[in-house]
Amino acid sequence: MAADPERLPQVLFLSPKQSLERALSARFRLLKPWESTMPLDRFLAAHAAAVRAVISNPLASVDAPLIHALPSLGFVFTTSVGVDHIDLAECARRGIAVANAGTIFSRDVADYALGLLVDVLLRVSASDRYIRRGLWPVAGDFPPGRKLGGKRVGIVGLGSIGSEIAKRLEAFGCSISYFSRNKKPLFPYTYFPTVCDLAAESDVLVIACALTEETHHIIDKDVMLALGKDGIIINVGRGPLVDEAELVKHLIQGKIGGAGLDVFEHEPAVPEELFRMDNVVLSSHQAVLTIESSNDLVELAMENLEAFFSYRPLLTPVHGTT
Amino acid sequence: MESLGVLLTFPMNAYLESELARRCKLFRLWESPPERRQEFIRSNAAAIRAIVGNSHAGADADTIDALPKLEIVSSFSVGLDKVDLDKCRERGIRVTNTPDVLTEDVADLAIGLTIALLRRICVTDRFVRSGAWATQGDYRLTTRVLGCQKKLCYLENLGFGNPIKFNGKTIGIIGLGRIGMSVAKRAEAFGCPISYYSRSEKPNTGYKYYSNLLDLASNCHVLIVACPLTDETRHIVNRDVLDALGPKGVLVNIGRGPHVDEPELVAALREGRLGGAALDVYEHEPHVPEELFGMDNVVLVPHIGSATNETRDAMADLVLQNLEAHVMNKPLLTPVV
Repeated sequence: MAADPERLPQVLFLSPKQSLERALSARFRLLKPWESTMPLDRFLAAHAAAVRAVISNPLASVDAPLIHALPSLGFVFTTSVGVDHIDLAECARRGIAVANAGTIFSRDVADYALGLLVDVLLRVSASDRYIRRGLWPVAGDFPPGRKLGGKRVGIVGLGSIGSEIAKRLEAFGCSISYFSRNKKPLFPYTYFPTVCDLAAESDVLVIACALTEETHHIIDKDVMLALGKDGIIINVGRGPLVDEAELVKHLIQGKIGGAGLDVFEHEPAVPEELFRMDNVVLSSHQAVLTIESSNDLVELAMENLEAFFSYRPLLTPVHGTT
Repeated sequence: MESLGVLLTFPMNAYLESELARRCKLFRLWESPPERRQEFIRSNAAAIRAIVGNSHAGADADTIDALPKLEIVSSFSVGLDKVDLDKCRERGIRVTNTPDVLTEDVADLAIGLTIALLRRICVTDRFVRSGAWATQGDYRLTTRVLGCQKKLCYLENLGFGNPIKFNGKTIGIIGLGRIGMSVAKRAEAFGCPISYYSRSEKPNTGYKYYSNLLDLASNCHVLIVACPLTDETRHIVNRDVLDALGPKGVLVNIGRGPHVDEPELVAALREGRLGGAALDVYEHEPHVPEELFGMDNVVLVPHIGSATNETRDAMADLVLQNLEAHVMNKPLLTPVV
């Protein structure tokens, strides 16, 4: 007996995601505001009064005004691990459950962090550019980089992603320490109670923590000073974890050794001073993106939505919401 | 060793060169133009007792023949494909190389190249540096949300030939020597199953052995070249191996350019028969086939394996220590002949 489309549960998408739309369209009725000429608030008033589930992503905030425009909202699924774009307190007040991508991206992000770090030290992207500009036959060998083995790496945030990064770095002969909200006694790494203390004893800082009010600009100029002029910063968390203006100044003045950045404070804007530097690697927020993990995400979204609509526990609930 | 006449074939390392100049009698081969080099060698032949070469310029048969006083070739490399080892054995000339000190750097590069290739790191770096992310970045929706203008952009189509997951992919290593083992150890931390092809199986590795390179290539996602270059391994990665690796497979060459049939590689990439390649070495360095410059499923680096300051210093020290040991009649540190 085929389900009557009108009786399928509605899911509101805040912005396009074709792979997810395709997968959900058989089981849910999708609301796609971008297909309408109405401004969003009018669209929601006209169509979304009964909407119980919303698909969000880091660039589609679920803030108090949006929540108030959706009186029946009971569930938010975000296609990211980060939830800094969701007003969790308001969701908790309204009894709205939130689920995220859980740990499905952790290994891919960890791989990417390693890739960025090796790239910065060994200058993979810089020397690839050198070859493609035809310089190798003309300007000679590319200047040497810096060895990864033996480097002291400080991980900021030893959660799912941070611990996968640590595991990989150990195989490259790095020594690992970390800063985290809570000490993690099950891990054999050295704990530091502040990021500055961590930076002072590290050659590299890898930023893999969540963005919250407490962690905004957690990498500030004091941390950069403690890290020192040969220090490397790898950011696969969120742009605002790093004081970007200070980082750019430090790089220009040679007060920091280099950086591998997947995220920026005002994406997609990237400080143009970085474009001319060979000791930085710049990436367009894609540490999670692989074909395989995109498929995994679709499955996870489906499972969470089906769980919500059949009153079963969510697979990847975010703490602090129902 | 002030009386040791050393022919340095290439300005490979400033520290090494200055030490040799300070401690020995140094002859710099590249200071004469190519057409005058044989003459340069001949006119200094009475003094030259040692050659320090590298992967670009070593000690071939002609050079060895022109140096009757030659006692030792101390190579600033681990690979000795540019040294005529048979001739050295014939003449009783000692040969040393620089194993172990560069193993980790090369293994680090192999993994770094693989991740850069599969995850399109160099591509995205080019994309950002061009300014295109800021202007193009797939703006799908501009909306008003309760009076505030909000631009929502979401990169749905990755547009970079689709980044591919690295963790869990099967790695196939050609040659399980020091470098091959070091690559394997790193890849294991990413949850990658390891298999290898070698002249003979190595006991107790826990890795899957293939006695046939075509079988290895057919059964792995990432094929990494990590064996020495010899007559047998020249063009070991040929058209058949590339086809076996296939459109879902990628090649990573951290060995020597001549390990791979380069025109066949370019053709396989052009025709989509091979998924991608990350190359540190080429058949005719410093020349790289320009057709590769426009490809996003290729990473090209200019023979930078071992090119870190720390490792180059360690290699230089090893060369100097070998020369010193030779002059003092002590056992060489890293002899090959």
